[in-house]
Amino acid sequence: MASRDRGAADPTERRELLSAGDVARTIARMAHQVIEKTALGGSGASPVVLLGIPTRGGPLAARLAAKIEDFAGVQVPFGTLDVTLYRDDLRRKPTRPLGATALPTGGIDDALVILVDDVLFSGRTIRAALDALRDAGRPRAVQLAVLVDRGHRELPIRADYVGKNVPTARSEEVNVLLSETDERDAVLLSRSEPSP
Amino acid sequence: MKHLLSTDGLDPATALAILDTADSLKKTLLGREVRKLPTLRGRTVITMFYENSTRTRASFEIAGKWMSADVVNVSAAGSSVGKGESLRDTALTLAAAGADCVIVRHPASGAAHRLAGWLADVGTSVVNAGDGTHEHPTQALLDAATLRDRLGSVDGKRVAIVGDVLHSRVARSNVHLLTALGAQVVLVAPPTLLPVGVADWVPGLEVSHDVDAELPTLDAVMMLRVQAERMHGGFFPSAKEYSIAYGLSEARARMLPGHAVVLHPGPMLRGMEIAAAVADSPRSAITEQVANGVHVRMAVLYHLLAGEEEGS
Repeated sequence: MASRDRGAADPTERRELLSAGDVARTIARMAHQVIEKTALGGSGASPVVLLGIPTRGGPLAARLAAKIEDFAGVQVPFGTLDVTLYRDDLRRKPTRPLGATALPTGGIDDALVILVDDVLFSGRTIRAALDALRDAGRPRAVQLAVLVDRGHRELPIRADYVGKNVPTARSEEVNVLLSETDERDAVLLSRSEPSP
Repeated sequence: MKHLLSTDGLDPATALAILDTADSLKKTLLGREVRKLPTLRGRTVITMFYENSTRTRASFEIAGKWMSADVVNVSAAGSSVGKGESLRDTALTLAAAGADCVIVRHPASGAAHRLAGWLADVGTSVVNAGDGTHEHPTQALLDAATLRDRLGSVDGKRVAIVGDVLHSRVARSNVHLLTALGAQVVLVAPPTLLPVGVADWVPGLEVSHDVDAELPTLDAVMMLRVQAERMHGGFFPSAKEYSIAYGLSEARARMLPGHAVVLHPGPMLRGMEIAAAVADSPRSAITEQVANGVHVRMAVLYHLLAGEEEGS
């Protein structure tokens, strides 16, 4: 959702909400929360799978998996789930390129799937992800982890793990930068010029 | 992209975008039990086939259905074409009935372009599924996709197209697309099966009559069927002589470099232009071409119908 309109307007001001260090600490805290809530590694616990929503959900899922392995010694399979084909707004924009879908080798059936995305906004991307997941298999349960929740939900969808809650105005934009795709880590808040 | 009528003039960036989309679709559907994507739900696609076809028509129908479009097949036999209805009226009728996209195969070269002109006011997209001896753009795209899968990329590769180039829309479409994507193409055929001025189709196109000389230099060889149904004259003394001089026999296949790929658009005349054993060998990518055909056609429909309408 935060990838919409990125770069389309020249923002008049960009404020850094999270620095690189903040991003790292936030992801580490989220990893601890996942370990606790899913009882990871405990006997009788379902296998957990992390699925990042491209573009930036992919690297976030990979980083979460790495931190979880550091803290709990458990290797959580991770992959990506592209939702472009399931979006409800395709006909309002020029043709979008597809992102990569790469499910981990064990699949997702009977697993606890944790969807991972950078920003939670209207919730439509996650709704598309649930539709995509439905055609990809039958998880035992689905949870959601997001780095930033910026409010303004248009559907009854909420995250289980939130890095940072950022109340925003609709005209503002939240951009997550990750070194895998953007040369550095940061979370930026900007006010874009409304289109004439 | 409003129509897909030819690869001549298709810009390389668009072609690569279609191939990348096809690849993503293939990976998305891999291993899935439910091979269905909701993306083109509510879009109506009508195929108008005025010529026989197995793979192309089935491939387009499957592609449309896997994207959840409503697909209707109209063949000339059994339709009002038998009552004398013109191509233009048939197309306008189908557009008025609600077609968002018409996929047309017709024996007259240029038919698809004419159709696109007649449907301009209605806004219906047109896909050329083969017009006479002119173009067959989705075939070229799936051939390029297959070469990308097997060889990594098309750029810098040397590809021979062998056989009845004169009557082949597959050859024309492939020459334009493969060259635009950076390949070196060499056409190999007896002089009677090469059109006048063929060397001018694209800059740098090579033409040869000697299959054996070309084989060791190739990364891929595409064999064409002799299009007897389009021939109205004597093009070679006998089928046997053609097969001996230009057929891809087992002996000739051994002359290819180890990594080289064999392609054929189908249908094959086993024993004529290609030996049965070669068609079934591991270096043959013929069945992969058919599988890729579905994904490539899904990608074409996606690029034509999923995004906002151009000009709106």
